[in-house]
Amino acid sequence: MALSTVSRVRRQLPTSPWLFAAPGLLITGAFILYPFGSTLVNAFTDRRTLIPGHFVGFANFRELWHDEMFWTGLRNSTLYIVGVVPALVVLPLLLALLVQKNIPGITFFRSAFYTPVVASIVVVGLIWVWLLDERGLVNSLLETIGVGRIGFLSDQWLLLFSAMAVTVWKGLGYYMIIYLAALAGVPRELHEAASVDGAGAVRRFFTVTVPAVRSTMVLVGALSSVAAFKVFSEVYLMAGPSGGPAGEDTTLVMLVQRTGTGLTGRVGYASALSVVVFVVTVVLMLLVLRADRKEDS
Amino acid sequence: MSVIERTRPSQETAVREPRITDEHGRRIRVWELVLRYALLLIVLAITVGPFVWQLSTSLKGPTEDIYSSPPTFLPEHPTLHNYKRVADTIPVWDYAFNSLKVASANVVTNCVGSALAGYALARLRYRGRRVATLVFILAMLVPVEGIIIAQFTTMRELGLNNTLIGVVLPGCIGAMNVLLMRNAFLNLPYEIEEAAYVDGANVWQRFLRIALPSVKGTLAVVAIFAFMGAWDDFLWPLIVLSDPSKFTLTIGLNYLHGTFANDERLVAAGTVIAVAPLIALFACLQRYFFRGVGEGAVKG
Repeated sequence: MALSTVSRVRRQLPTSPWLFAAPGLLITGAFILYPFGSTLVNAFTDRRTLIPGHFVGFANFRELWHDEMFWTGLRNSTLYIVGVVPALVVLPLLLALLVQKNIPGITFFRSAFYTPVVASIVVVGLIWVWLLDERGLVNSLLETIGVGRIGFLSDQWLLLFSAMAVTVWKGLGYYMIIYLAALAGVPRELHEAASVDGAGAVRRFFTVTVPAVRSTMVLVGALSSVAAFKVFSEVYLMAGPSGGPAGEDTTLVMLVQRTGTGLTGRVGYASALSVVVFVVTVVLMLLVLRADRKEDS
Repeated sequence: MSVIERTRPSQETAVREPRITDEHGRRIRVWELVLRYALLLIVLAITVGPFVWQLSTSLKGPTEDIYSSPPTFLPEHPTLHNYKRVADTIPVWDYAFNSLKVASANVVTNCVGSALAGYALARLRYRGRRVATLVFILAMLVPVEGIIIAQFTTMRELGLNNTLIGVVLPGCIGAMNVLLMRNAFLNLPYEIEEAAYVDGANVWQRFLRIALPSVKGTLAVVAIFAFMGAWDDFLWPLIVLSDPSKFTLTIGLNYLHGTFANDERLVAAGTVIAVAPLIALFACLQRYFFRGVGEGAVKG
């Protein structure tokens, strides 16, 4: 009886489902799936922005192999994962523990800590360019306390490290909210039992909190490592469009943008670079998922 | 006398005693509370301090030393002079208007498009529904940075590069928003729509009058993230826009920084103009921002 009513409700004019879904499917097909397919095809051509290309086999990938800039980009994007992900897995968890208790004014602090997430990456980048400037606030403070000024934005490695710090700074609040939701699900009895057994705060963190939010940590690790590998804006803004001294701070996506756009863009070669970005992204996701499953068993 | 003296202190301590409890109703010790507030203030200085410093720099006049060591945090003679200078240097209000147009369009298309498609995936039955769902799931997994060059050439083929429409189009119905709406519709009980059907309501009426009003919360999340995403976006507008008269605010700021990098007061004023509207929006609609993080993270 109930079933037949349900199936009657589901009945409709035969054309209407497609009318409902059409705009979404059209946009997704034209601007996500078609470009994805054409990236795969273009990677095997010598297409340029204004010149239709010819099939060149694996020539782009062979060129890539011998392109020093590609290896620089791959190195920097990979280093970015190494530098950013551990910080973004651990620090927001500690922050979430700090803002978890409902003490007076805590909602203000939670919101305030989220502000960097709301700001555009361009605003964030430019704020930190000024803060880390040779004559900026950070160096003024360092000089005041007697450390002396540091060229954060002129040294290749310091630059990359500063950009990582900015990425972490901007991501803290976002992952803090994710952890807060996970912490709300940790049963209070676990903490109490551990306290009764004489476990201190640090001990309880490792024996109760961490195991309880482990799957969230994996999720944060996955999200942040994929995002870190595709880094563009922070480094572009802080190191400049050419990627710092001698282009040594160029990331892979910066290289894609530099090679593939404009009227002289090498679409074919940039597509080959994009394929590498895509493959690494998928591999990262699979690795993280596998790590999660292994810990489960 | 002695009675009063004896009772008063105990009353005072009862008032003074911290009545602050944690989420389980247990009292928090004073030293722990002090430690917590100290840490909170340190993190506050780190997260919000940079914005305040930027605002302070933007309000410092041309004669004031912004490089002093130790630094001066408050402007001696606060002035809006720098904001006037930004407007004289780049058409910053036109850029802000362009950003507003792009962001508003993105909100409308995402809300309408993802509500329609989400409803089709959740409630309507037709051949190919599974395929349609799969299309959106696959699209969500494609990293945008990996297809951006092909999006650029697609836009050129359509003759839409260097237009604001070209900026909006690729993200105008986000696959993740479609799936968010689908889940929201799936969580609604069928019975209400059944009743409407019995009363003779057709599919559009059921969608508009019954289903849609019940998912307003998710729709608000979609709207806010569509606005923020478009207002803050950098890489795609940077690639698709080349004519300085069509820049959005983020691209305009990048241009300002590239051309007048040594004029910190000017760049600071520009960044404040770009970030202020979003901070205001966030202050008003916080709970939707937080809700969006939860829903987006589970799906993403």
